[in-house]
Amino acid sequence: MSLETFIQQLANGVSLGSLYALIAIGYTMVYGILRLINFAHSDIFMVGAYFAFFLITVFHLPWLLSAVLAIALTACVGMAIDRIAYRPVRNAPRISALITAVGVSFFLENLGLVTVGARPKPFERPELMARVVRIGPAAISGVSIWVPILSVGLVAILLYVVYRTRLGMAMRSVATDIDTTRLMGVNVDTVISYTFAIGSALAAAGGIMWACKYPQINPLMGIYPGWKAFTAAVIGGIGNITGAMIGGFLIGLIEIMAVAVFPALSGYRDGIIFGLLLVFLLVRPTGILGETLKEKV
Amino acid sequence: MLKVRDLHVYYGGIHALKGISLDVPEGEIATLIGANGAGKTTTLRAITGLVKARRGSIELEGRDITHWPAHEVVRNGVAMAPEGRKIFRNLTVMENLLMGAYPRKDTAGIKKDLDWVTSLFPRLKERFSQKGGTLSGGEQQMLAVGRALMSKPRLLCLDEPSLGLAPVLMAEVYRGLAKIHNEGCTILLIEQNARAALKLANYGYVMETGVIVLEGKGSDLLENEDVRKAYLGE
Repeated sequence: MSLETFIQQLANGVSLGSLYALIAIGYTMVYGILRLINFAHSDIFMVGAYFAFFLITVFHLPWLLSAVLAIALTACVGMAIDRIAYRPVRNAPRISALITAVGVSFFLENLGLVTVGARPKPFERPELMARVVRIGPAAISGVSIWVPILSVGLVAILLYVVYRTRLGMAMRSVATDIDTTRLMGVNVDTVISYTFAIGSALAAAGGIMWACKYPQINPLMGIYPGWKAFTAAVIGGIGNITGAMIGGFLIGLIEIMAVAVFPALSGYRDGIIFGLLLVFLLVRPTGILGETLKEKV
Repeated sequence: MLKVRDLHVYYGGIHALKGISLDVPEGEIATLIGANGAGKTTTLRAITGLVKARRGSIELEGRDITHWPAHEVVRNGVAMAPEGRKIFRNLTVMENLLMGAYPRKDTAGIKKDLDWVTSLFPRLKERFSQKGGTLSGGEQQMLAVGRALMSKPRLLCLDEPSLGLAPVLMAEVYRGLAKIHNEGCTILLIEQNARAALKLANYGYVMETGVIVLEGKGSDLLENEDVRKAYLGE
């Protein structure tokens, strides 16, 4: 592989990885708090991209404003899903919540197919994302530069919220012990609601940037990125935000590099990732940063 | 201050509380003693709204709080240091204490109470930026009590604050409780260690399998033949 291709593939892997990381954080935050795999998360990612698409094409809003509004709207959708679908089964056995999540996922996908149709729609990306940048000998598309930068920025904001604010402190408390958090005078339902809002906002940002990277959107576009981001969350150690980021970048790089180094494997690029998931589940199910929970007696 | 009348609680099909009535007058220390499984913890959980009462009523300062969610009960002046300490092990000692003050908005007051709590339990000050999970059992107990105090409660509920503590640490926790009480806080205390609890309390209730079988002044219960036999090991 020439240096030029290597740099190109590296940029490609990093930008893909940063998108997986953004989505993975949503899985991991909800799991950390509710011990629920939110299967609908991958479809929230799709909803975010569609919101942006319609705000741009139908309402003719400027691109950046559309993106911001789409993220806010998607956060509301996330909160609504929690309120309507998950809160009623909060005290039910965990498997009920899991099945509910699968149901919400199917619902969103099929709602998309019915309302906007299965035909992919072209997604307009801003000039900045399309412009080609030269790094050394390599020509790299703007997407590969801006997506990681924006993603890291969003993650920095997220980490600030989780580790430096009152809401973040409450979120970490809920993740440790819901009942005791209630005893602190915290309205746990509100905290959970905000968690869904934050996770969904990140998924929407991911969806919009995904649509910039692969500028076609369809109602099932969330499925594969969702599964891979879920893999990233598990590999990083589910429930752990830093782990989700590491997992995301790792998965993105492995997916791109495996195919770049062994072009014959290009048909297996999804298989490689899911194989990795199986290996981790067998060998180290708690993931890279996951800790086995030890209670102090 | 707190008035519980004919309280019934079920866990699934199990009738855990079968008509509990008790009073905690303002400024006093009341204690609930009894064997494991008698329903002491359930009583506290019902008062704080963590479990729902099937029948009966709970009144706090004249208001019916029977069906309030836990966070509303806590926001109205009740704090609980739960059984097993339940420290947020991933949060630092300071964050644990700040969680106790979660509903409060008075930054200056919170800061003052941080100083107050760390003066009650100086060990917490030394551990301020350590994760809660790294503390010893006794330190965690102090943190649990301190965290409960951070909400500036008018009624403090304590579930087995001496459980698993070495006698020296237990004495330290009890000295803290006496101090808190002197500063005007009403206390409802659950204890396995009946002797220590009855010595500290103005009034005591003895529970057995979901009912209160005996009640009286702390000093009277200490003298009571049945109590001495059953709970004081004499």
